[in-house]
Amino acid sequence: MTTSDTSSVAPDFGTPSTPLLDVIGLEKHFPIVKGLLRRQTGAVKAVDGLDFTVRRGETLGLVGESGCGKTTTGRLLTRLIEPTAGAIEFDGRDISHLSVGQMRPLRRDIQMIFQDPYSSLNPRHTVGGIVGAPFRLHKTLPSAQVKPAVQELLKLVGLNPEHYNRYPHEFSGGQRQRIGVARALALRPKLVIADEPVSALDVSVQAQVINLLEDLQQEFSLTYVVIAHDLSVVRHIADRVAVMYLGKIVEIADRNGLYERPMHPYTHALLSAVPVPDPDRRENRERIRLRGETPSPINPPSGCRFHTRCWKAQEICSVQEPPLAELAPDHRVACHFPENAPSSENPSSEKVLGLA
Amino acid sequence: MTDVEINPTRSRTGLPFLEVKDLKIHFPTDDGLVKSVDGLSFALERGKTLGIVGESGSGKSVSSLGIMGLNGPSARTSGEIWLDGDELVSAEPDFVRRLRGQKMAMIFQDPLSSMHPYYKVGAQIVEAYRLYNNVTKKQARQHAIDLLGRVGIPEPASRVDAYPHQFSGGMRQRAMIAMALACDPELLIADEPTTALDVTVQAEILDLIRDLQREFGSAVIMITHDLGVIAELADDVLVMYAGKAVEHASVQDIFRRPEHPYTWGLLSSMPRMDRERQERLIPVTGTPPSLINLPPGCSFNPRCPYCKLTDGRALTEVPELLQIGPGQAHSVACHLTGAQRKQIWTEEVEPKL
Repeated sequence: MTTSDTSSVAPDFGTPSTPLLDVIGLEKHFPIVKGLLRRQTGAVKAVDGLDFTVRRGETLGLVGESGCGKTTTGRLLTRLIEPTAGAIEFDGRDISHLSVGQMRPLRRDIQMIFQDPYSSLNPRHTVGGIVGAPFRLHKTLPSAQVKPAVQELLKLVGLNPEHYNRYPHEFSGGQRQRIGVARALALRPKLVIADEPVSALDVSVQAQVINLLEDLQQEFSLTYVVIAHDLSVVRHIADRVAVMYLGKIVEIADRNGLYERPMHPYTHALLSAVPVPDPDRRENRERIRLRGETPSPINPPSGCRFHTRCWKAQEICSVQEPPLAELAPDHRVACHFPENAPSSENPSSEKVLGLA
Repeated sequence: MTDVEINPTRSRTGLPFLEVKDLKIHFPTDDGLVKSVDGLSFALERGKTLGIVGESGSGKSVSSLGIMGLNGPSARTSGEIWLDGDELVSAEPDFVRRLRGQKMAMIFQDPLSSMHPYYKVGAQIVEAYRLYNNVTKKQARQHAIDLLGRVGIPEPASRVDAYPHQFSGGMRQRAMIAMALACDPELLIADEPTTALDVTVQAEILDLIRDLQREFGSAVIMITHDLGVIAELADDVLVMYAGKAVEHASVQDIFRRPEHPYTWGLLSSMPRMDRERQERLIPVTGTPPSLINLPPGCSFNPRCPYCKLTDGRALTEVPELLQIGPGQAHSVACHLTGAQRKQIWTEEVEPKL
């Protein structure tokens, strides 16, 4: 992330030709079983066919409402759960069905930062134990060098190295999240998946952690996948953004393209719902109200999954599923009637919500 | 210095509908006295919305629970709370209990944990309504159905017999609003009503609260940490820090001419969708203080970048909440002079927003 304009051009690190992460047709269905024989009667299609890539050194934001499958995606990418179908290629290698043992050496390259800094740190371990655990598990350092390495990490994330022997409860929420960041960075991973890294933090502290994540990305050429529901945070932190709805990506684009010219009606509705911190705009804002509730991922609607709530839906939408097509450079949308599309004669495309 | 003593009574219609004077709510604990709210004063008229912003631990929830009389026996409450001519702090708990639900009601942050999982949604609405109104079960049930319909729950006649877990998060929050509205309260306190919800649902709930307020003309206190929600809904804003109000102004002034360094910090640390993306956010440094051991002087002084400009007063003297000028409805608790604040805001803070 160097300048705000070249957002889509992520700097290349290492072997440049391949993307760091390539996800093809990824699916995760959680079975629903019934009765004594545990017969499968259905499945929660939490993630249902994702295709995207994450380039080296960039930050991909994954947004969507609760239940859209963004957290499941994060857990699939870190292989905390095994996909039902599809492939995850990390650094050119298919990791989608590796065993726990085969996965272990890769764990140092793929790390995760969790949402809740209160439950993701073991309250019985000291900070030194928590942040030093990756070194001990992977035996990358002789035990005498672990302590200085941990203290170096603590300093890096803005904590006092003298707090090595303290316990998590002695820290505030923001400081605990820094401990989680330090642990994730201990083995110098290539890819960090951050699941709602700042949503449990206060506004003033949230900005500190966002800045820290950005600084560390520059310093260590990290690649991030940031899962968040807060669209303003994602706009700040991400280079490219994928919008998910009911287990599918409906739109994926570079940041400016997505926020300034959203093509999918769902993206448009999401953006219009974000409260704008400007009291003068209160009355004359355009807001799209979605009808009804998000349908259940057990039995998703036919065709385009958004058609039950979409104000532009026509007959074709309930029959045929729109493909995720590249309608503008680096801007893919799954919609039969996209807005703001380059060739579209749609006059409503110009009024883009008053977003700067 | 043109600062003058604040006079919280607005002379327009005599006494305001709700007036809080020097409210203090302290909790004795094993570690020491927690001063959750320490000298809070504000007034609110019918039909108006007061937004209270602050971080966790700033006392915003405790002060609203104090108004409702819900802080429990361990709380030590002093000061005055006047609601439509009645003083609540010194009143009998039984009297406050009768006002609760009838004259004032509250919407909580997490609808799943604040509704009873064992009772049907309709039964929970009916309970409060029948307590204060002499109606038959059938009438009360009809009232519950009407309310559920009013807050936008589809098929209210069948949903009235559902359990809370059968509702989605947004529907639950609507049901809770219906419950709060059961007895047409004149004061509605919403404590982070949308924090647990998705943005699209949040927008609907905020619209609903606004519409209901217009319809019923009630006074609303909106507690949130999200300045976006404040800008959408509030008429006046109270910024709280460590149990005290540090700034109190109209919503336009809070966003256009904020005076307190903490308010500046909140505004600049927030990524905004309506502005050009900044390269870096400007966070408030440090962490919120412990309420047991508040820093001496201004409690914001360890985190304040302009503390040095006060000639040490911020380190020793607690600033009072004072009007920034005669006749102004904008008050701030800061040792910086009006001229200093104006200069810092226009030259340093505002250009970076």
